Amino acid sequence: MRMLCFFLMLAPFSAMAALNIFACTPEWGSLAKELGGDKASVYVATTALQDPHKIEARPSLIARARNADLIVCTGAELEIGWLPLVQSQSGNAKIQAGRPGYFEASSVATMIEKPERFDRSMGDVHPLGNPHIHLDPANIAKVAAALGERMSALDAPERAYYAERTSAFVARWKEATVRWEREAAPLKGLALVVYHRDLSYLVRWLGMREVGSLEPKPGLPPSTAHLSELLARLASDPAKAVARSAYNDPRAAEWIAERAKIRLVVVPFTVGGSDRAKDLFGLYDDTIAKLLEGAR
Amino acid sequence: MFRMLSVTALAVAASAPLAAIAQGDELTKIREEIRQLREAYEGRIQNLERRLAEAEARAVSAEPGPAPAAPASPGAQPARESSFNPAISLILQGTAARSSRDPDTYQISGFAPSGGEVAPAPRGFSLGESELIVSASIDPYFRGQLVAALTPQNELEVEEAFFQTLALGGGFTLKGGRFLSGIGYQNEIHQHAWDFQDAPLAYKAFLGGRWNDDGLQVKWVAPTDLFVELGAEVGRGRIFPSTDRSRNSIGAWTLFGHVGGDVGASAAWRAGLSYLRASPRDRAFEDLDSLGNPVAQSFSGKSALWIADFVLKWAPQGNSTATNFKLQGEYFRRTEQGSLTYDDTAQAAPQFGAALAGDYRSRQSGWYLQGLYQFMPRWRVGYRYDRLDSGNVDNALVASALGPAVADFPLLMAAYNPTRHAAMLDWSPTEFSRLRLQFASDKSRIGVTDNQALVQYIFSLGAHGAHRF
Repeated sequence: MRMLCFFLMLAPFSAMAALNIFACTPEWGSLAKELGGDKASVYVATTALQDPHKIEARPSLIARARNADLIVCTGAELEIGWLPLVQSQSGNAKIQAGRPGYFEASSVATMIEKPERFDRSMGDVHPLGNPHIHLDPANIAKVAAALGERMSALDAPERAYYAERTSAFVARWKEATVRWEREAAPLKGLALVVYHRDLSYLVRWLGMREVGSLEPKPGLPPSTAHLSELLARLASDPAKAVARSAYNDPRAAEWIAERAKIRLVVVPFTVGGSDRAKDLFGLYDDTIAKLLEGAR
Repeated sequence: MFRMLSVTALAVAASAPLAAIAQGDELTKIREEIRQLREAYEGRIQNLERRLAEAEARAVSAEPGPAPAAPASPGAQPARESSFNPAISLILQGTAARSSRDPDTYQISGFAPSGGEVAPAPRGFSLGESELIVSASIDPYFRGQLVAALTPQNELEVEEAFFQTLALGGGFTLKGGRFLSGIGYQNEIHQHAWDFQDAPLAYKAFLGGRWNDDGLQVKWVAPTDLFVELGAEVGRGRIFPSTDRSRNSIGAWTLFGHVGGDVGASAAWRAGLSYLRASPRDRAFEDLDSLGNPVAQSFSGKSALWIADFVLKWAPQGNSTATNFKLQGEYFRRTEQGSLTYDDTAQAAPQFGAALAGDYRSRQSGWYLQGLYQFMPRWRVGYRYDRLDSGNVDNALVASALGPAVADFPLLMAAYNPTRHAAMLDWSPTEFSRLRLQFASDKSRIGVTDNQALVQYIFSLGAHGAHRF
């Protein structure tokens, strides 16, 4: 009864104010929009053309985080270079770690590439595993379910709305996943050179084979020595294509594509990384289309 | 559990000596009872499973933070005692420097010495400050941080040791302890993250390098899309331009405000205005009189400092990996009003042989502007220009014809505008290491140009905290 009174009191406010969501990266922004519809107002902190490892705690991010009811980030230390500062400087109690207003997508995802040894001599390794989880559709479905639940918990009067949108999204997503897996069948076994380990989930999902990366070690820019060594290795273990994400510096990938005479594939990496990648569905459609083109 | 029970019940029932009970309807009755029993149990089991699922869902939505990645990832690491250890990082720094003037004789003509670490890097090889940074959330309401500097003179110095609230809400944050003040722009940036090896001249002259008082800070971020931050601090006033003393009140206080935002996707900016008010008592320093003999001078009164700052950062599409540019500038203006004492009694043959005191008032200013350009991954160039204006000094001791003359105050009354040009090139193999080459032409001392060159290394070990904008 008391609970009911509480919700009745709350109702008029929440009807006016949409759920304010601060998304760290475009993929989670897009997902929050899918699940939140017109009940959520979503701010996306970064773009697909920005390296997700090199974001700064800009004043605008602090200002937006100040008013957020929920921040949706990847976690697994991807945002460690800026998010803790934004959280502590925002003066917003709701979004601090451990609060319901702080959602980490990696908390429900299946992580791969967990290093067994943590040592910076191996480059910029992520102790909790590879944080670029969003290019595995199973992870998107898991995150969607958990995020929908979280949004319902934070905006209880609209629970039914979020639940309906979440199940509709997950259903559409599972359908699309089946389609993508069918379309991407020719990619199985495709030998691919990547730029950074940010495509690992995609490579694993589609059964492609990563034969090398342009970065000598995670987080280190491609060096001439490493590229030459890679080129020599490709002579004996040839790749079909080299893939880089939209935010990567184009030069190294172009260099190796030209020398090794393989195709260059620029994948959008996240929502907004290409004209077609307008939302998560577009992101996957375009990524698979680009890879198929590269595999021809 | 219940399912197991019902299975057992079924098994027991089935193994009962049914043959003894010949009547078919009896058998049907027993079967019916078993069926009812099973249905009842299954209903209860389903009910329990539903409640369990609900409870799990609630638990997941209520406690998201502490268990990131753990539930889903196979082979989650078992919790260890060390799991709750604070994040620790260590900064190693050092320089190899040469300068045309001895850094031990460094002073800024026209300005009262600040007593801080303001001299250029020592000649030759020299260790810089090694910083030990320890930080963690204390509980859901507070976080704490310690920054300790191990100086090359084998001393331990507490640069920062503070708690900060996490749960006040409403845009408010409270900080207490010793911390880098929110005034200006560079003040809050740790030395290892500076873009040049040393502080701008204005910071050296007006703040002795930086302002990190012991006290309390309250900050409020406005609920607007434009970043607006207002803050106030009260403190002990333990360092220049204040003086430490024993009393039951506030020694110094500050007010500051910052605004900031983005211009498109490529640029971000922040601008601010700050005020620092201190009341030094017997702020003593030594100078030489016109005959070159040491004189003890001290100032008591009010010191008010204004700082206007701005910073602009640009990167193509906001992607700073390949190239980026940073422009930063601050303007300082200080008024000091009170009395100055001039004491030459320590000399063997003093000119005046007394501790003279007179009204003193100075209005001084200074500014710097610096630009940093990363022209390719890992490589940056930078240039900084510093200028100070020793401004107007009203010194009543000089005004009276019987007392000391202007020449007896070579520091305070130099009527000199120090300037400095500095250029640097740095190479950062990763975000954890940096090597820097820096040249400066320093005209801090009247009539003297000090040409400085140095190589600096900065290495960061362990957890690497986020850097400020």
